[in-house]
Amino acid sequence: MIDLVYQIFPYAIAFTIPLLITSLGGLYSERSGVVNIGLEGLMLMGMFVGAYTISQVESASPGMAVWYGLLAATVFGALFAVLHAFACVTLNADQVISGIAINMIASAVTVYLARFFTGSGNVQIIRGMSRLTIPVLSDIPVLGRLFFTHTYATTWLVLLILAVSTFVLFKTRFGLRLRACGEHPHAADSAGVNVYLMRYLAVIISGGCAGLGGAIFIVTLSGEYNGTAAGLGFLALAALIFGQWKPWGILAATFFFGFASTIANVSQVIPVLAQIPGIYLKAFPYVVTLIALVLSSKSSQAPKAAGEPYDKGKR
Amino acid sequence: MKTKVRVRKDFFMSLFAVILGLVAGAGLMIATGNNPFEGFYYLLRGGVMNIERIGNTLATATPLIFAGLSVAFAFRTGLFNIGGAGQMLIGGLCATAIGLTFAWPKPLLLTAIILASLLGGALWAALPGFLKARFNVHEVVATIMMNWIAYWTVFYIVPWYFKGPFLETESQRIPEAASLKVPWLTSLFSGSYINLGIVLAVIFVLISAFILERTTLGYELKAVGYNRDAARAAGINVNRNIMLSMAIAGALAGLGGATFYVGFASNMQIGVLPAQGFDGIAVALLGANSPWGVFAAALFFGLLHTGKGFMNAMTAIPPEIADTIIATIIYFAATSVLIERNWDKLKKIKPKALFRKGKVEKLEAEAGGEK
Repeated sequence: MIDLVYQIFPYAIAFTIPLLITSLGGLYSERSGVVNIGLEGLMLMGMFVGAYTISQVESASPGMAVWYGLLAATVFGALFAVLHAFACVTLNADQVISGIAINMIASAVTVYLARFFTGSGNVQIIRGMSRLTIPVLSDIPVLGRLFFTHTYATTWLVLLILAVSTFVLFKTRFGLRLRACGEHPHAADSAGVNVYLMRYLAVIISGGCAGLGGAIFIVTLSGEYNGTAAGLGFLALAALIFGQWKPWGILAATFFFGFASTIANVSQVIPVLAQIPGIYLKAFPYVVTLIALVLSSKSSQAPKAAGEPYDKGKR
Repeated sequence: MKTKVRVRKDFFMSLFAVILGLVAGAGLMIATGNNPFEGFYYLLRGGVMNIERIGNTLATATPLIFAGLSVAFAFRTGLFNIGGAGQMLIGGLCATAIGLTFAWPKPLLLTAIILASLLGGALWAALPGFLKARFNVHEVVATIMMNWIAYWTVFYIVPWYFKGPFLETESQRIPEAASLKVPWLTSLFSGSYINLGIVLAVIFVLISAFILERTTLGYELKAVGYNRDAARAAGINVNRNIMLSMAIAGALAGLGGATFYVGFASNMQIGVLPAQGFDGIAVALLGANSPWGVFAAALFFGLLHTGKGFMNAMTAIPPEIADTIIATIIYFAATSVLIERNWDKLKKIKPKALFRKGKVEKLEAEAGGEK
């Protein structure tokens, strides 16, 4: 049994990390009061930009190519999110519709560009990120094998971002202001906080995180952009809700979802797991999110002003 | 009089979104080194150049009409149904299952298929409706979750029970008797994909318009949409109407799924959420949530989707340009507040004053020129 866990664990972690960073992006956006259904599209943009950048610089600088790709994906994800911020913050648009538009624009434009660049609509990278074993820590019994062997550098990067984000959101003035914009924007405004600016920043950060998440998925798991994010962005959204808009809740939720998805993916080749029908494992994240929504309907931790455009004149 | 102004305003707002969408499409064509006029010419021509193409445009528009009606119907009750894709999948799965299981004569089989897809879609959407009514769970999130549950349901059910002879990823082909395609219609449009779905679509546009505009049910649904509290105070059972509205929206999308999977296509592919479910949102927005508006908007999108292949064959422009245009239209429809605000400002300026002001400026400019 423990061998099975050892086998699955690296894949489960690899699947969790892109979800985690994307979900964290959603956290920024929704905590500032902007619902972000567009995570899927932002991730897809990151996948495309990441894969394309890497495929272009791979031969020139094989060692650093994946990092250039991750950086480019983060930047373009952030830039693309400006579109969402502009609609939701400046134009008071319906945030859900704008998010859907972001998803549709991302899938249309990236496939269009991929076809234009490569002809086939797929962008492949030759070398993904290499796994590494951390020297001393990997000698710890059980834990060392689970967490510190065959890990990706991006895993530690994302966990670092998670820790920093938790600090920033809950222990700094910036974080307090950002959260205030999501709970009671009028109160924040009267206390001198620029609600529009905070929401812009939050949505842009969320775009950067989602773009990074998409690119991490490319360099660690899939190795190619193929025109779809296959629902990962929505899975991240589900994790955000299941984690009740809290960083550590999100970590737990994405890990659950990542583990369930990995088991479903590998269940065919592992006899013990083949007995569990894949449909339950794959549908599990969405079902538990629905259940979580029902259970928390009385005491939801959702930011109170999420989804509402901020109108200065309305009191 | 007031409704007339409203309709005119909706029409111009939609037109504005379409124009901006086309401009964005043109921009993308130019950015990738293509001639947009050529592109649009072939896009249009590909959709209407002969009777077969026109048939294909109508056939492509059919599921879009249903998906659009579904979104529009829920929207009139103040609900946002973005679960159209999942409801289409379930409707299509029910239709395919019946078509592959029973060897009944065509009229009976088609009736069963239509009813099953209506029921399947209705139940799939009724659950988010129930969660909304009973627990106040936001229907947007709930329908997204239902989309992916439907996605994985089809992903596993189809290979288990209806696996095709060649590929793991698709179902068997449905028999002739289970298809909405009928020989007289196919030959009328010289072999296009057109099927009875378009007839059903027109019928359901009429039914939707009738329910919304002429019945107590429609009145109550809209009342809940305008102001939930006022509706409750007037004695309307808000929760019942929320569930009913979602169920009807789901039924429409489910039937749309049938027209796609056993009408336009002849089998189900797994691992794909039908794009029509999301395009339906664009259709409903563009059609200003009115049944006939939806019908017109769906025809327009059907034209884009049918023409894109021909355009791709005649030019170097990738076919995703059509999807780009549709996505951009949604974006601008979402931001129509800006246009609306300016519309009201424009209306405040009296046309006469505008004329006079323009004339004065012109005179001034001339005077300045003379100096």
